[in-house]
Amino acid sequence: MASEGDRRSDPEVERRSRLLGGFHFHGEGARGVAIALLSTAVFLTVVIVAVTQSAGWPEVKRTFFDWGDISSSFPDIARAFVLNVKIFLVCEVFILVFALVIAVLRSLPGPVFFPLRAFAIVYADLARGVPTILVIALLGFGAPALQLTGVPTSRVFWAGVGLILIYSGYVAEVYRAGIESVHPSQEAAARSLGLSRFQALRRVILPQAIRRVIPPLLNDFIGLQKDTALVAFLGVIDAFNQAQIDSAATFTYGAYLAAAALFVAITIPLARFTDWLIARDRRRRQTAGGFA
Amino acid sequence: MSSLELRDVHKSFGEHEVLRGIDLDVAEHEVVCLIGASGSGKSTLLRCVNLLEPLDAGRIWLGDEEITRRGVDVNAVRRRIGIVFQAFNLFPHMTVLRNVMLAPRDVLKLPRAEAEARALELLRRFGLEGRRDEYPDRLSGGQQQRVAIVRALAMRPELMLLDEVTSALDPELVAEVLNVIRELAEGGMTMVIATHEMSFARDIANRVCFLEHGLILEEGSPNEIFSSPKEPRTQQFLERIIEAGRL
Repeated sequence: MASEGDRRSDPEVERRSRLLGGFHFHGEGARGVAIALLSTAVFLTVVIVAVTQSAGWPEVKRTFFDWGDISSSFPDIARAFVLNVKIFLVCEVFILVFALVIAVLRSLPGPVFFPLRAFAIVYADLARGVPTILVIALLGFGAPALQLTGVPTSRVFWAGVGLILIYSGYVAEVYRAGIESVHPSQEAAARSLGLSRFQALRRVILPQAIRRVIPPLLNDFIGLQKDTALVAFLGVIDAFNQAQIDSAATFTYGAYLAAAALFVAITIPLARFTDWLIARDRRRRQTAGGFA
Repeated sequence: MSSLELRDVHKSFGEHEVLRGIDLDVAEHEVVCLIGASGSGKSTLLRCVNLLEPLDAGRIWLGDEEITRRGVDVNAVRRRIGIVFQAFNLFPHMTVLRNVMLAPRDVLKLPRAEAEARALELLRRFGLEGRRDEYPDRLSGGQQQRVAIVRALAMRPELMLLDEVTSALDPELVAEVLNVIRELAEGGMTMVIATHEMSFARDIANRVCFLEHGLILEEGSPNEIFSSPKEPRTQQFLERIIEAGRL
């Protein structure tokens, strides 16, 4: 890291590190890349040899890695996967809003707001303490059974509600960390200009707080994207359940690999994007350090 | 008529009594400088006037209105008082222009065009017009502090409080900020200035107050305080300042 300063100005290195996102070759230069490639090749060879020489490999190969199974189940699973993506996108919007409300409640000062603060704390503790699958089971089987008029009975709906409730607990904590990272002098400056507490929060504190927590927020959404598979527990046909159906028909597990590939196809770009944002944020802070 | 009036103001942080009964009158168009060692209560006094810190005891009037009475609209009071901090406290996520326009737009509810015109006029007056679209961390400390002053002025306050506004600046940037304050004084702005810049205080103040341990120990014209201080504590303080080469 010592020579980071002179390297940062090199446009070639800059371009490469941008392309590769989180992949850093600390040797740098062509030699560094060569070493990285070679060590990766050696590592993969060792793993492949070890696995394919194992006693159970022929059976595993037949049940998991049959290309015919994987490719034939892929279209069904991809169709079912659309549901996972829909759940993800809809839940994400509600989580972003609901968690922000919880976080703001928790940051309210003074004894008057104690009940609201207490509610926010208890909520975040419960949401993060109860296993997601339990909440989904309770809501998915329980809420429709009540047969309340005007309340949806769709299991997908209630599974979505469960995911929103659970993930809002995590995301609220992320927001809170962001709010607390904004120096109190910012609020003092805003209030001294005559802005109300709410105006100061909305115009000065939250914009800075949210900017700082975008990477950890995205991290939580990577988790959410995976957890959409939990709706399968309610009997909803999502990518995971479709894979189970296909697998039961062929007595092989290739369909699971196809489902896994679909999830990874979404989460890996999200993860790289998150890395890129973190790196960009760090660069900005470094260049801004000059006058601060 | 007195523009600002403090009577027996007390303020403690925990066990530590920072203000121990401050009485102060500031007339309209008057410039009062508060001097004294760090920790003597200068900053706390300014923060109390702006209601950023609640008083433990005592009363404060701004014009005819008692601003320490129960149920006072603190936001309405702060609209009438501008404060500038040692550490600038600009909003880092907004450009210079948006920093200055925020309060006129959101608090005074001025139309955008009017708020922008007001902001640009002030930025032009203080030589910052070319910086209107920059973010604060791209500016020098002196420029940032000038923007902070402009941001406070955009509310057209009847009183300005300046809290050691040059203490965080590199020495070569101090003058540009002091010149802005001098211009405000010449324009008739009522100001209370906490400062370590003694020659500036001597030059600009109508009255100088020496604070020690939360009390105004001595006050008078700059000449009285700097040339013939009566209190031995004031003499000691000024001797130390002279030793440090700052007067």
